[in-house]
Amino acid sequence: MGALEPILLTIITASTPLLLAAMGELITERSGVLNLGVEGMMIVGAVMGFSITAMTGNPYMGVIASMFAGMMMALLFGFLTLNLMTNQVATGLALTILGLGLSGMLGEGFIGQPGIKLPVLHIPGLSEIPFLGTVLLSQDILVYISLALVAAVYYFLFKTRAGLVVRAVGDNHSSAHALGYSVLKVRYLAVLFGGACSGLAGGYLSLVYTPQWVEGMTAGRGWIALALVVFASWRPLRLLVGAYLFGAVSVLQFHAQAAGIGLPSQFMSALPYLATIVVLVIISRNLVVTRANTPACLGRPFSPDR
Amino acid sequence: MRLELEKRSEHSALMTILSPVLALVLTLIAGGILFAAMGYNPGEALYAFFLEPLTNQWSIEELLVKAGPLILIAVGLSVCFLSNNWNIGAEGQFTIGALTGSIIPILFHEYTGPMAMPLMVLMGALGGMAWASVPAFLKTRFGTNEILTSLMLVYIAQYLLDYLVRGPWRDPDGFNFPESRLFDDAHTLMTLGDGRLHLGIVFALVAVLAVWFMLSQTLKGFEIKVMGETPRAGRFAGFSHRGIVWFGFLISGACAGIAGMAEVSGSIGQLTPVISPGYGFTAIIVAFLGRLNPIGIVFAGLLLALSYIGGESAQVSIGLTDKITRVFQGMLLFFVLGCDTLILYRIRLIKTARKAGGAHGRA
Repeated sequence: MGALEPILLTIITASTPLLLAAMGELITERSGVLNLGVEGMMIVGAVMGFSITAMTGNPYMGVIASMFAGMMMALLFGFLTLNLMTNQVATGLALTILGLGLSGMLGEGFIGQPGIKLPVLHIPGLSEIPFLGTVLLSQDILVYISLALVAAVYYFLFKTRAGLVVRAVGDNHSSAHALGYSVLKVRYLAVLFGGACSGLAGGYLSLVYTPQWVEGMTAGRGWIALALVVFASWRPLRLLVGAYLFGAVSVLQFHAQAAGIGLPSQFMSALPYLATIVVLVIISRNLVVTRANTPACLGRPFSPDR
Repeated sequence: MRLELEKRSEHSALMTILSPVLALVLTLIAGGILFAAMGYNPGEALYAFFLEPLTNQWSIEELLVKAGPLILIAVGLSVCFLSNNWNIGAEGQFTIGALTGSIIPILFHEYTGPMAMPLMVLMGALGGMAWASVPAFLKTRFGTNEILTSLMLVYIAQYLLDYLVRGPWRDPDGFNFPESRLFDDAHTLMTLGDGRLHLGIVFALVAVLAVWFMLSQTLKGFEIKVMGETPRAGRFAGFSHRGIVWFGFLISGACAGIAGMAEVSGSIGQLTPVISPGYGFTAIIVAFLGRLNPIGIVFAGLLLALSYIGGESAQVSIGLTDKITRVFQGMLLFFVLGCDTLILYRIRLIKTARKAGGAHGRA
């Protein structure tokens, strides 16, 4: 048990940013919008979270800033894809390129600065329970938020009317429009939610995962989050499993490196990316599940008059 | 009063040409605002970024050196994008092309015969094609999304490069630096003139001509465009969906691979852990800014190359951070995509609001 606890703790730390970003993208995609700019929103969230924390000394301000930054990026994406009906794939790529550039510029003065870590929230009584308490109930607020989000998104999508509307807009925007729902409004909200979650995921990286600013520190996690949404076939509970599975893979490869299993470290570092490809292949072979769950209007622009 | 988009009955030919120009102007304006916000004189900063590099011969040569890989990769990507296949992993194919192109100069450096260079080009192309064939295979065989797989392969390629230059391919006489041996003269791409300009730009221009010819003069070009725009019509015409996926990926992989080989052999002269300032990703911008048209891509490639040089030049002359280059590139792509809306739609001002509730909730 002694060796297991730290491993489990790092798995939680590695999984949380993936879970946050992917959960946001899940809602965005459920509304029929494919935002490939997760990586860009994340990295801007990371730099804003870090810099505001450094300026105010309060990591909670950083968390709010990262969320806000992600939403601003998402707003830009929303304006182009929803109002100007640009190609969603290309616009998402543009968002990533812009985000990586912006973050590099904004973060230049913060490279090498020591960061302030988001504090662990101790729950009196519960956090002292051996194992369960020390692992699961001694986390920072973002871990709790990410887990609460799984339940909240599940409830929202499948148990509320608003969730039904989001799914309807994603599956058949013309019908949703004919019923009188504003496709644009629903999609804007979904895109903004995705931006907020991606921003938080970035903030988690620069405030908890490695509490400092490193250029390009998202290292493809935004793309892995996108793959996770496909892997989860747009279902929140599967997403939870997927994110933790990936977190585990990326942590275990570190431990395998440390244990010296003889493979070059670069091969182990490439493992999460390789795993992503393998997982995508496995899931896309299962056509029944994928077809049944893919939002039918995913990536298709909507213009109200036609 | 509000703005509304109205679909044009056909593509606006005028806007097709004007849109990238408009995007560039908007980028310059936004850039000026950005510079002003950072406390620089916008005019001075824009001059240092976009015009100063064009005032001396050294930078113009450097511009062509950087435009070479951008144009070459983008021309390949345009074929892929036109057929509606999203290869965004050109950076990885570039890296693998550089690796396979370096096999002769590193492992068989005694071989300096006349065939060395053509073989290196061939191997670079094959390496890029091999890497691009993975997403193509997964897409055609399993229906796996090519965007994510091609991108993941970028990271894997970079780790492979890192492993080789720090491990088996490290120069034994290199004082433990993570670098391969320096290439022999026979393995270094011929220079044009006595500066740094090398044959890479010629490869790019040959590719531009070849792709232009293919797209405008051959049945294959027609097939690519039909399959990209209306795959259903294409299938009725007997075109193969799988065939076109493979074709797009292999062409773009080959171009990126040759670009990678040319960069290492022509510009760097050895393998190092980092061989590209993001050419593979910037080339995506080049392809779009150039309207997926080979001739347009030449201009777009020169412009994006200027953004690299401009970043360096502005850093030297007025102390601006060179990170601004990526911001400019991102803004440019955004504005291009936004302005492209004008090709398909016309913007109209609508004076009065519609019936209450028309835009919100149930009518």
